[in-house]
Amino acid sequence: MMDIWTLLTILTLACFVGYFVVWGVTPALHSPLMSVSNAISGIVIVGALITAGVQTMDTPKILGLIAVGLAAVNIFGGFAVSHRMLLMFKKKKMPRTDSKETK
Amino acid sequence: MMSASILPVTYLLSSILFIFSIRGLASPETARRGNLLGMLGMTVAVVVTMFSPQVSEYYWIMFAIVIGGLIGTVSALKVKMTSLPQMVAAFNGLGGLSSVFISLSEILSGSQTWVESSVGLIIGALAFSGSMIAFAKLQGLMSAKAVVFPGQQILNLLLGLSTIAACVIFCLNGDVRIFYVLAALAIVLGFLLVLPIGGADMPVVISVLNAYSGWAAVGIGFSMHNVLLIIVGSIVGASGAILSYIMVKAMNRSLTSVMLGGFGADGNAVSHTNDTDNKVAKTGNPEDAAFIMENANKVIIVPGYGMAVAQAQHILHEMAKDLHDRYGVEVKYAIHPVAGRMPGHMNVLLAEANVPYEDVFELEDINREFATADVAYVIGANDVTNPLAKTDPSSPIYGMPVLDVEKAKTVFFVKRSLASGYSGVENPLFFADNTIMLYGDAKKVTEQIVAALEK
Repeated sequence: MMDIWTLLTILTLACFVGYFVVWGVTPALHSPLMSVSNAISGIVIVGALITAGVQTMDTPKILGLIAVGLAAVNIFGGFAVSHRMLLMFKKKKMPRTDSKETK
Repeated sequence: MMSASILPVTYLLSSILFIFSIRGLASPETARRGNLLGMLGMTVAVVVTMFSPQVSEYYWIMFAIVIGGLIGTVSALKVKMTSLPQMVAAFNGLGGLSSVFISLSEILSGSQTWVESSVGLIIGALAFSGSMIAFAKLQGLMSAKAVVFPGQQILNLLLGLSTIAACVIFCLNGDVRIFYVLAALAIVLGFLLVLPIGGADMPVVISVLNAYSGWAAVGIGFSMHNVLLIIVGSIVGASGAILSYIMVKAMNRSLTSVMLGGFGADGNAVSHTNDTDNKVAKTGNPEDAAFIMENANKVIIVPGYGMAVAQAQHILHEMAKDLHDRYGVEVKYAIHPVAGRMPGHMNVLLAEANVPYEDVFELEDINREFATADVAYVIGANDVTNPLAKTDPSSPIYGMPVLDVEKAKTVFFVKRSLASGYSGVENPLFFADNTIMLYGDAKKVTEQIVAALEK
């Protein structure tokens, strides 16, 4: 078991990473950002799997299984919606040029 | 011994994949890859957890994943693009509810992490019930207007204080019954907090709820001592927090004032009729508009929520294409950050209509160009163009960054009526000399313009 200070250190550093990465997202993609980060927040499924992964079928396990199901809806739905959104963002139909636009 | 080190290493790998996933959204070219990296990160995390010694039963788990996955995928693929904001809200709510069940399960199975589980429970519950109200408002199941009643803020305050009290009591004695009370209080609080927030403030609310689902994951991560949940949860939390900040900034309001709500409620309208009463707005017809636009050099289109409601994005793209291909007019789109019901809403709708993203510009990138534009075509937007935000310190929208459409030679407003916008502030631009009102449904008016252009 890690002690609380290690976890708090990880939390703080992760917040900084999140801060800088998210500011780099172009405003045009703020909707996909919401739905991708929404899908990613389904990472709680890891916690759900651990609580639901026990052998004995009791109340905690049932609650865990419900949590697994809900998180799965969140994950699959979130990534699928993001994929649909991102498929729509197209470049101008132009003769193929390799010039990278900065915008 | 092997598996003891494999788990943290793969969790690290999964975290890195998620970071690159968000990083991919820096540009539309890499965005799809970013989404795929996110899926990969999630797969890695789930698979390695399943094979870890902490999990020893698989059939029921697989069953839950398959059922949940099917529901999620099918509803995501079937939903219409116009219903996107409520879909995102719904998924977000379910993620929050998942955290609620995990913390309940933890406490019932005798975990001693009372403080951490309470955090996961409260934030998850707020994300759940708040998102449900947001969903209901966006889906039209209830009035999108702010719902206010006397004593609302006192009730919310009392409820908030009881939640904190229940949390403190639980953290001191670990009584499971108090934990149930805490769950119920937090869920009711979530409902009541979002009720008084009106439609046009939805971009802020959705962003805040998005952040909650991340912080709930952090809470669960602390209660289970799971590093992956902490890292990923805080990235999601940061994302939601930054989006809320951007949205609040774009309205020049404070997060507290949005969250306290009441803005845009019935009877809350501020009237500024005294100086505009005797003025007359000029009215034009679509044929005139078509004529003026085909003779222009540069047209800037300003879409707002009204365009989304009327589903006018496809015909709007037709209009832009006709103007460009037949008459050689330069056409650009100008987007205000809070246009629509979620961050980036207009960009998605225009993308759906095949508008190339190079033609779509953010406020600060295009605002100077209105001075050189011949026509500003404002379709379904109002408050985001109101010049009072720049000139009238007594106006509720004073200080909000707005699109300088009045600098264009001619401004067309496609609107149903002269009614004021969400903020309740009248737009003096309707009565300006260079403004022509095109009354009617955004889609129908644009269709008539296209018909005239193609004559």
